[in-house]
Amino acid sequence: MAVDLRTRLGNVELPNPIMTASGCAGAGRELAQFMDVSKIGAIVTKSVMLAPRSGRPTPRMAETPSGMLNSIGLQGPGIDAFLQRDLPWLLSRGARAVVSIAGGTVAEYADLAARLSDAAGVTAIEVNISCPNVEHRGQVFACNPDSSAAVIEAVRSRTRYDIPVFAKLSPDVTDIVSIAKACVSAGADGLSMINTLLGMVIDTDTMRPRLAGVTGGLSGPAIRPIAVRCIWQVREALPGVPIIGMGGVGTGRDALELILAGASMVSVGTTIFHDPSACARILTELEDELTARGIDRLADVVGLAHEAHAMTGRQLRPSARVRRS
Amino acid sequence: MTHSEIDAQAGAVQVRGTVLTVRRVDAYYAMTLVAPAIAARFKPGQFITLAVGGPDSSMLLSRAFSIHDVRPDHGGTVEIVFAVHGRGTQWLAERRARDVLDVTGPLGKAFPLPRDPVNCLLVGGGYGSAPLFSLAAKLKERRCEVDFLLGAGSGDRVFGALTARRTGRSATITTEDGSLGARGMVTDMLDQVIHDGRTDVIYACGPMPMLRQITMLARRYDIPVQAAVEEAMACGIGVCMTCVLPVVGSDGITRMVRSCMDGPVFRGESVRWDDVGTIPFDAFGAPGWEPRSRRAAQFHNGQGRGSDGSGGPIGGGAAGGGAVSGSGGSGMGGGDRDGRKGHGNHGQPERGDGAAGRHSGRHSHGS
Repeated sequence: MAVDLRTRLGNVELPNPIMTASGCAGAGRELAQFMDVSKIGAIVTKSVMLAPRSGRPTPRMAETPSGMLNSIGLQGPGIDAFLQRDLPWLLSRGARAVVSIAGGTVAEYADLAARLSDAAGVTAIEVNISCPNVEHRGQVFACNPDSSAAVIEAVRSRTRYDIPVFAKLSPDVTDIVSIAKACVSAGADGLSMINTLLGMVIDTDTMRPRLAGVTGGLSGPAIRPIAVRCIWQVREALPGVPIIGMGGVGTGRDALELILAGASMVSVGTTIFHDPSACARILTELEDELTARGIDRLADVVGLAHEAHAMTGRQLRPSARVRRS
Repeated sequence: MTHSEIDAQAGAVQVRGTVLTVRRVDAYYAMTLVAPAIAARFKPGQFITLAVGGPDSSMLLSRAFSIHDVRPDHGGTVEIVFAVHGRGTQWLAERRARDVLDVTGPLGKAFPLPRDPVNCLLVGGGYGSAPLFSLAAKLKERRCEVDFLLGAGSGDRVFGALTARRTGRSATITTEDGSLGARGMVTDMLDQVIHDGRTDVIYACGPMPMLRQITMLARRYDIPVQAAVEEAMACGIGVCMTCVLPVVGSDGITRMVRSCMDGPVFRGESVRWDDVGTIPFDAFGAPGWEPRSRRAAQFHNGQGRGSDGSGGPIGGGAAGGGAVSGSGGSGMGGGDRDGRKGHGNHGQPERGDGAAGRHSGRHSHGS
């Protein structure tokens, strides 16, 4: 039985919900030798900035139990090189391009959105608001509802009407729901969650921080329960808003967990570092997981855990839900 | 990233490789994997990555190992050499015949080969010598003369001394404790070996400080160096941006390039060894790069161009062209570097074997 895996990214339909996570797949090109980049739902690019950027000094990475810290500093060639080289390549391979953008000011985000809107073929924009706001003492946009909303409003107003804008939320906040609501009110068509959590490792041999940048973003299975919680809370508060879930997804089962919490798309990140074809594998595994549960439509299980929760206070067997519909 | 760089990687595959043998070789382990698709695509200098710890592993990063040798038996085998540094390499050392591993490769740029039959000196520090023997075979096919210079902290950590003696025109061994060959470091013997062998080109693989010193010494003789770096990697396939180091391009501009994609083999003079671990102020995309950099680049070209030591017998050098002096920039870039004293450019070739050294990274991730 073929499962109907189609899902909606705002007003755009995707053949399936599995994507790469921003920063873990470059612009897709490096993965092409290991899998067909057009087979998965979309390639979410590494965050693009206006200008070229060299990033942070090395070491930039530290492995932690079931996780890793990274402190890359958004190294990248800038929007001109992206539009000239990376986007055309993605389109030539038949891949759907979700372009992640990052900036230091609201105006930079807006300019990036305008540049991407002028280029043909952008499927969606994911706004990486976990960047320091250089106009506000370096406070991260995503940590404040007002600055998050300011970025999203500017991006939405400069983005072509038919390109959905997703705000990527940081879990390093007191109340993720208030940030989510601010972004949606500012015009976000959907939400991506979660970004990495800020962490740190000290090397006890050198007795110094392991990363040159001192702190880094924690990713991997270690953060999956946090992703599930954040998606759950936001879905509960904003049931109609599409969510791209990410955070420690390594198998189809993991993807299903995020989907049950409310994600209608799932990005795969850190897993790619030890399994370059992970997205293709997880897509197959997800289909198998759904088949094993007698589910023939992905859409039927998006956020299903909430419904079961509301009905009985504990989770129903999904097959009961399917029969009912 | 150019198209040619992608083409260089076009041959990499991800396969399930069956362990044929794991055996001790002095202080190291040698693992042979049945992986015909990788063996068929291999060129000396390239590497593979392995996923470690099994399906529910808490170790998420792949481990990168330079390929020591490939053989035609069992359809095609790949051999790697590694030291146990941490949990990942410990897990690998505990694998047994018929275990199956997730293997990706061959990755990275191979050693460029000379067009003409020339005198080649192959320098290896610790198990950094592992990729040099398949290179030596290729060089001999081209009727090159091959001299070896291998060193380590102690005799049991000199990898391949016997093979070097058997296959090289000459083989010079150094150990810091004097337990094998001459007491000292490979860089102590470099002058003499270059003189004796009338070296035309040097191939080197080992810890960063060793590569840096070899490049400095070779510059005196105007001998090109092809250096395979050991930089910490998380993915090995070019997506994580972890393994970057400052490299001067043919246009004279320094870029933070990925050692997995643009390397691991670099033209020695193109690497700003003194600035490894930093973002040099004049690097492409460094903070404030755009307005000032053009002037800075011109300043550099005018000043540091003294020895344009390109050319040489190496064909198809990766980063050809101007050898802009790395040391010219390093003094000014020093501000970045101060905060990072731990990583020590103290010229100890065998330092990569130490568990804490980040230079052990490419082989172990210091795990």
